[in-house]
Amino acid sequence: MAIDKGVTRRGMLKTAAAAVGGAAIGSGAIGGFPTIWAQNIKNVTLKQFGTGVSDVNAIAVKCKEDLGFTLQLTALDSDATTQRAITQPNSYDIADIEYWICKKVFPRGVLQPMDTKKLKYFDKIVPLFTTGKLTPDSVIAQGTAPHTVGFVEGKDSTKFSKTQTEWFTLVPTIYNADTLGIRPDMVGRPITEWKDLADPAFKGKASILNIPSIGIMDAAMVNESLGVIKYGDKGNMTKAEIDKTIATLIDLKHQGQFRAFWKTFDESVNLMVSGEVIIQSMWSPAVAAVRSKGVACTYQPLKEGYRSWGGGLGLAKHLKGIELDAAYEYVNWYTSGWVGAYLNRQGYYSAVLETAKAHMEPYEWAFWMEGKPAEKDIMSPEGKLMEKAGAIRDGGSFYERMGHVACWNAVMDEDKYMIQKWNEFIAA
Amino acid sequence: MPAAPRGAAIARRTAAPGNRLASVLPYVQSLPLWLVMGVFLLIPIATIVVVSFWDDQEYALVPAFIFDNYRDALGNWVTWATYLQTIRYAVVVWALTLSIGFTVAYFLAFHVRSTLLQMVLFQLCAVPFLTSNVIRMISWIPFLGRNGLLNRLLMNLGVTDHPLEFLLFSPFAVVLAYVHLYALFMVVPIFNTMMRIERSLVEAARDAGAGPLAVLRHVVVPLSLPGMAIGTIFVVTLVMGDFITVQMMSGGQSASVGLMMKNEISLLQYPIAAAHAVVLLLTVLLMVWAILRVVDIRKEL
Repeated sequence: MAIDKGVTRRGMLKTAAAAVGGAAIGSGAIGGFPTIWAQNIKNVTLKQFGTGVSDVNAIAVKCKEDLGFTLQLTALDSDATTQRAITQPNSYDIADIEYWICKKVFPRGVLQPMDTKKLKYFDKIVPLFTTGKLTPDSVIAQGTAPHTVGFVEGKDSTKFSKTQTEWFTLVPTIYNADTLGIRPDMVGRPITEWKDLADPAFKGKASILNIPSIGIMDAAMVNESLGVIKYGDKGNMTKAEIDKTIATLIDLKHQGQFRAFWKTFDESVNLMVSGEVIIQSMWSPAVAAVRSKGVACTYQPLKEGYRSWGGGLGLAKHLKGIELDAAYEYVNWYTSGWVGAYLNRQGYYSAVLETAKAHMEPYEWAFWMEGKPAEKDIMSPEGKLMEKAGAIRDGGSFYERMGHVACWNAVMDEDKYMIQKWNEFIAA
Repeated sequence: MPAAPRGAAIARRTAAPGNRLASVLPYVQSLPLWLVMGVFLLIPIATIVVVSFWDDQEYALVPAFIFDNYRDALGNWVTWATYLQTIRYAVVVWALTLSIGFTVAYFLAFHVRSTLLQMVLFQLCAVPFLTSNVIRMISWIPFLGRNGLLNRLLMNLGVTDHPLEFLLFSPFAVVLAYVHLYALFMVVPIFNTMMRIERSLVEAARDAGAGPLAVLRHVVVPLSLPGMAIGTIFVVTLVMGDFITVQMMSGGQSASVGLMMKNEISLLQYPIAAAHAVVLLLTVLLMVWAILRVVDIRKEL
């Protein structure tokens, strides 16, 4: 999942402090003007909150440079993001939230949908977010697929539309496909399926993430791979399915399969680097972090496919007048390429590929998006070495990875029951 | 907080009859304290109690008066198992910190003769506490790990031929971290009470023919009880409410009451988390009450 990535409390404070430092130049917001005054837009401040993943200061700085107005960023962890979105709707102008959270947030009437006619690059957004199909013959994955919460029925509606409408809830920021991370030097055999996590050969050396809503999905992938359960929808399990899933987890725990469960990004990195764990659920930047310490780590593509997640920008209900115009301008700028290239270079995917491509070097595009060997050393946007020349991205090209999504992060109807059972698993 | 009534009593005794201002004054003087306590303690707790009876639907808190949260919380064996686990940690940690705390305090108070040295050694105990307790806890992880310093040392010494896995991400690791973090909370109050024990009492006991053990048993221990009780309250409440130590040192594999609440809060299920908080609060208050029944700590205050 996007949100918890690297969001330890300290990291969060650091990001937040940086964001405040970098963006607190703007004066108070101006609202309620009947007409737009181009010169006034400079005085607008848009307050955006979201996760440390996509709310990076570099974006705020570039926004000020290109658009003239101030973007004030606040980075929170995933729980706080949902809380802020719902309980303090006047404290932000733009919400950067995940799609599965959107499913809960939008119906609460705190956001307003975007008019697709005002979105300059709407037609170029990756179709995963509009039709749900990456390519015309793709099968739609389970869970909260973004397009299912992508549109509402009308301007003031909070009801999700089954078909595409003119009212778009979130413009995607980043998304990715998650899988298991392994220590290729220590597993001693090829890893090809999710059930390898439960292989007795890795007893005491496996880990799963202890964020219930995501951990349960990884567990479901393992269960289905073991052939224990065939789920109707892994993203929305029945009580019986939850029971069975947790029962398998408890069995594995009792057999001593798990070394630890992790909750934060850095924990997952440390478990892997220290060799406490050699196979576990992981997020892609964590894999990069392990490698940057000189330890071999592979983000292993698996037969059953990926568990995917994605986030997007939504506009607060209270936005109007010049602020609303500024918000549209910001969203259009966000999709116009610079940000997309920035995010792609971190190993995520961005919403509008065409514009991002124009802002990347051909060799970068070939490595990140086409799954080709790197012609030159691959650098992060901050100029840090990410991969040496010759490396190939785990999982291959964009279409190979995003085309094999088995399930999207989701929130279940039975989530209260699920948490109860998850606590049972931890207590067992 | 006996401050207000006691103050009032003094005021009544000293003020001339009928001088109402003087009798009200102590209450006015203690008003800031009451305000602070009200705003930062009573109102938040009242809010938690109220929310524990609310309903939640689709991430929304719905004001109501239902007992579902308590039924869900108490009617589930997980809650009981988790409480049992947490209490087990509390008891083990209490026993260990008490023995360590008592020994250290006893040594400082009765064996170190020079006051200067006493203070230096006491400060030495406190120095590690100038760093964040999360840091002190995390530093155990590379030390105890499978390829950690301790395991490598043991293997080099030939004590064992394979890494000892129980050292980290286990109940052992949790208890170790707790003892490390909380031992000082025992040392300080016990040392404090021991310093107040009249040395003449010890001498009198010796003159009356008591050996060192008898002195310890009949003089030092009974007179240090208030300090032990205060230390016990600190340690027990800290362990009962903790979630981060359990999570980090057990590698997330062990439950604690705090962790259970945290999981619920992460899906915005505030009412049931509030119900758990109320139950925990009552449990801890009950424990503190029991401790106070056994030992009268007013002597200390």
